[in-house]
Amino acid sequence: MEQLLNYIGENMEMIYFLILAILLGVEVISNVPAILHTPLMSGANAIHGVVVVGAIIVMLHASPDNYASLIVGFLAVVMGTLNVVGGFVVTDRMLEMFKKKPKKS
Amino acid sequence: MSLNILEITYLIASLTFVIGLKMLSHPESARKGNLIAAVGMLIAVIATITIYQPFDSSKAINYGLIALGLVVGTVIGTMMAKKVKMTAMPQMVSFFNGMGGACAALIAVIEYQNHTIGVGSGFDGELLVMLLGLIIGSVSFSGSMIAYGKLEGKIKDRVLPMNQLINMLMLAIILGLTVYKMLGYGDSMVFYGLLVIALIYGILFVMPIGGADMPVVISLLNSFTGVAAAFGGFLYGNKAMLTGGILVGSAGTILTILMCNAMNRSLTNVLLGAFGGNKAG
Repeated sequence: MEQLLNYIGENMEMIYFLILAILLGVEVISNVPAILHTPLMSGANAIHGVVVVGAIIVMLHASPDNYASLIVGFLAVVMGTLNVVGGFVVTDRMLEMFKKKPKKS
Repeated sequence: MSLNILEITYLIASLTFVIGLKMLSHPESARKGNLIAAVGMLIAVIATITIYQPFDSSKAINYGLIALGLVVGTVIGTMMAKKVKMTAMPQMVSFFNGMGGACAALIAVIEYQNHTIGVGSGFDGELLVMLLGLIIGSVSFSGSMIAYGKLEGKIKDRVLPMNQLINMLMLAIILGLTVYKMLGYGDSMVFYGLLVIALIYGILFVMPIGGADMPVVISLLNSFTGVAAAFGGFLYGNKAMLTGGILVGSAGTILTILMCNAMNRSLTNVLLGAFGGNKAG
């Protein structure tokens, strides 16, 4: 029990951060029109690709002769990058359709 | 000093995520919002590689693999995203979402190897964060892959007898094993067991849900991956990961509910809809 309280105490800053970010997330996207549901989902999908930063950190920590970690970490970097790059490009393509067409054509 | 620069770049990245998400929810600014978040992401990635740890030539292979991974991911990701048909967008999102979930789960797997476990030494917060990242990431990965397969028409809707009961049972096993592991019992078999059960749970979770409801499920799994990424952020005390992940976690959950509302249905109705859907159809 004491360790649990210690852990919470040590990470108090992060916990504050977590709770405020949750409330912010709710606040930021309320009032979104239905037409934007799918692009917003796709954009959010790209944003959680930030997990690739964690994969890079894992790789930087890994000892160069620990091949198992290197291989799994490499896979994680590839997958995380797929999430980020694919996510942003797909979102951009979806939003391209919303572009107002020039009046002349 | 340089570590402070890293923290500042993470602050900038976090801000771009919030602003990007906000702009994405308005039609006029949506495209710019997407771009802003992408720039923030690029800054975070570059800063992590260059500042996080001073370059150490004995780790040249690590840097090489990171660079290769980034290039391979970028090339494949761009190609897939450019080639996909407009009508096939939702499953593409689901696929990329699954990749993110897998990434979070793999991070937990590697960190677990490096983690020294004190048996019976009381509460181990790092282990809990790893387990949660592993479970949620795995469920998100396998679930997203099934959703992808369903929308591609490669996987048919199949409902096991008593599917919901089996799902509840599996969820109970996952919870039980997590508590067991947290109490300091069991070796790494329990950890990998959890990985496997979570993967199966993800499959069974999405399997009975009808194809028309897939976008809602993808949105839900999207917020799962966000939460898994946030646990990764918690593990490293990395604020960019924490903000990015938890923002998507909470915004994604709200978005899921909004999508259900737009269809005049409740989330429970969608998730347990297999029964009702079959009766109606």
